[in-house]
Amino acid sequence: MVLGRIFEDMCAQMYYRGKMFGFVHLYNGQEAVSTGFIKLLNQADCVVSTYRDHVHALSKGVPARSVMAELFGKATGCCRGQGGSMHMFSEPHNLLGGFAFIGEGIPVATGAAFAAKYRHEVLKQSSPDGLDVTLAFFGDGTCNNGQFFECLNMAQLWKLPIVFVVENNLWAIGMSHLRATSDPEIYKKGPAFGMPGVHVDGMDVLKVREVAKEAIERARRGEGPTLVECETYRFRGHSLADPDELRKPDEKSHYAARDPITALKKYIIEQNLATESELKSIEKKIDDVVEEAVEFADASPLPPRSQLLENVFSDPKGFGIGPDGKYRCEDPLFTQGTAQV
Amino acid sequence: MAAASSLHAAPRVGSSSPFSSSSAGRRSASAARSVRVAAAAGSGAARRAGGRMVARAAVASKAESPASAASSKSDGHEVLLFEALREALIEEMKEDPTVCVFGEDVGHYGGSYKVTKGLAEMFGDLRVLDTPIAENSFTGMGVGAAMKGLRPVVEGMNMGFLLLAYNQISNNCGMLHYTSGGQFKIPIVIRGPGGVGRQLGAEHSQRLESYFQSIPGLQMVACSTPYNAKGLMKAAIRSENPVVLFEHVLLYNLKEKIPDEEYVLCLEEAEMVRPGEHVTILTYSRMRYHVMQAAKTLVNKGYDPEVIDIRSLKPFDLHTIGNSIKKTHRVLIVEECMRTGGIGASLRSAIIDNFWDYLDAPIMCLSSQDVPTPYAAPLEDATVVQPAQIVAAVEQICQ
Repeated sequence: MVLGRIFEDMCAQMYYRGKMFGFVHLYNGQEAVSTGFIKLLNQADCVVSTYRDHVHALSKGVPARSVMAELFGKATGCCRGQGGSMHMFSEPHNLLGGFAFIGEGIPVATGAAFAAKYRHEVLKQSSPDGLDVTLAFFGDGTCNNGQFFECLNMAQLWKLPIVFVVENNLWAIGMSHLRATSDPEIYKKGPAFGMPGVHVDGMDVLKVREVAKEAIERARRGEGPTLVECETYRFRGHSLADPDELRKPDEKSHYAARDPITALKKYIIEQNLATESELKSIEKKIDDVVEEAVEFADASPLPPRSQLLENVFSDPKGFGIGPDGKYRCEDPLFTQGTAQV
Repeated sequence: MAAASSLHAAPRVGSSSPFSSSSAGRRSASAARSVRVAAAAGSGAARRAGGRMVARAAVASKAESPASAASSKSDGHEVLLFEALREALIEEMKEDPTVCVFGEDVGHYGGSYKVTKGLAEMFGDLRVLDTPIAENSFTGMGVGAAMKGLRPVVEGMNMGFLLLAYNQISNNCGMLHYTSGGQFKIPIVIRGPGGVGRQLGAEHSQRLESYFQSIPGLQMVACSTPYNAKGLMKAAIRSENPVVLFEHVLLYNLKEKIPDEEYVLCLEEAEMVRPGEHVTILTYSRMRYHVMQAAKTLVNKGYDPEVIDIRSLKPFDLHTIGNSIKKTHRVLIVEECMRTGGIGASLRSAIIDNFWDYLDAPIMCLSSQDVPTPYAAPLEDATVVQPAQIVAAVEQICQ
């Protein structure tokens, strides 16, 4: 959680310093959801995120330096600088994106969960622990989109190992959840499709973790999907381009008082699980990680021009056969973008 | 090419229903043959590891026959186009357990044009997945499944329905490999019946190739004969790239003898249908048959047209196309796609960019009218290109 917070604060600094561009959506305030869920996963389990994906990537184990370098648009970024803030992927960590349009990640997550079931039942390849689980993260705004309903239906129909995690931060940019949704209690839509729907305080990482554990285990056992609504709040605007003038100061301060990181710290100290100075030294370590990430990203090279055409097709034959009868991609100049085509 | 010649005789085909009982016996026979072919073909894993077994066949042979299957050693067997597609699916599913089929009514019902008939019984409900009517979501599921190692073949019950899946096809089939920095591959095939049928109305008569052609990272191929339908379907399934395979509602019942042996075609290559000297006619899908009908008239009038089925709608096979233009110096494009922003428009632009110096006449392009396809037969006929227009265009180009 602390890594996520410090990382995102650093992103804001770097954005204002002109180190990164485009739309940058920060996760401040919602950390308990990412940590509460993703830290329970195995390497083979999948995460499908949205445009607000930096912290999901960090929770899944993608190194901070790879994420920061991606945000800087550098060749060393986790997607070679080709994805950017809203398109974080990491194949070894089974982070399947980074989807920038509302709802489009949910079918992809459902497909990943289908593949897990397929590996188990058709290919007979699943691990002894059970099925690989996919977590689909999305917000309250997405829950009025057809792909959400379509996939709840299919996931329950086929008992897919997936957990639908709604991060209800009450606002879809400037559209209040209450103004957009006929029945604002999203978790109730689970039982409508025959799956459990659970509401949890998304500002309390321990509560989130408890709910997440049950949902993930259920999925792993092959008992099907769960819809979890985490009530949370984003402490910053929708993106760094959002002046955030619509949300009332009262509302902001109400949720600021429930900061999940402050709350966990308080709990840890009260329970004598660690001392203040121990927590400080952990924070210092995390500061160093984020500093190092920035240094790494800053020092990394920009992608060369020759990279432009490299990942358009997995099989570059997709570029076709040129007038000379050779595959156009076989012309060494082609990937530099100067070939006669 | 019995059915093909009936096409020539009557421009409004589609009289024999794909549901007709007459094909039942043939289907089971072809299924039995496929078993044998698949068994002889060896391990799919070994094949994949060793790279594509893609034959550079079917291009520029001097044969007059449009059927490129003649070179086969054994006699081959006769199939309808939808059965050829089905054979391809069966062979690939037998060879590679990661190949699966998603779509509306592909399983128990057997597919709206029977391309997947009997597959659910052979491979089970999970490999031949009947989906709810949710095009964007089941196409997106195909993307997710492909990212995690499967090779899904997603059927659009009608190509037009895939407009509802446009987001997944564009953002995730087309672009995800790139945005992920090459980490995830999307070896998906999206296929289905499209084109102007027989009074199906505007929505069921769409040519989506023009909508899909500018999506980066996507390949598009159109089949037109049972032979190339099977070979292209197999190539599409084996491709590491996302491929859209266009089938035509009026061509499913074309009959042709295809080889008993396994074969795979090259996705990127055009097919020489009729070599000639005077003019290059570039076409694809159903318009191939209107062109061949016009070609008969043209031959009688003393012209010797060269007919090329471009097959690969993206990318274009500029080698085959260029060689032809260097010989004839005249080009006519005949398509069922829309006039504005269609495949023909892109093809014409590619030819101008690459072969301008070889042209002795302006390139002509006959396309569908920019109208929603009308229901009424005479209006529908007037929407798409008719053979007489092709004859007139060639006469004009060759003046």
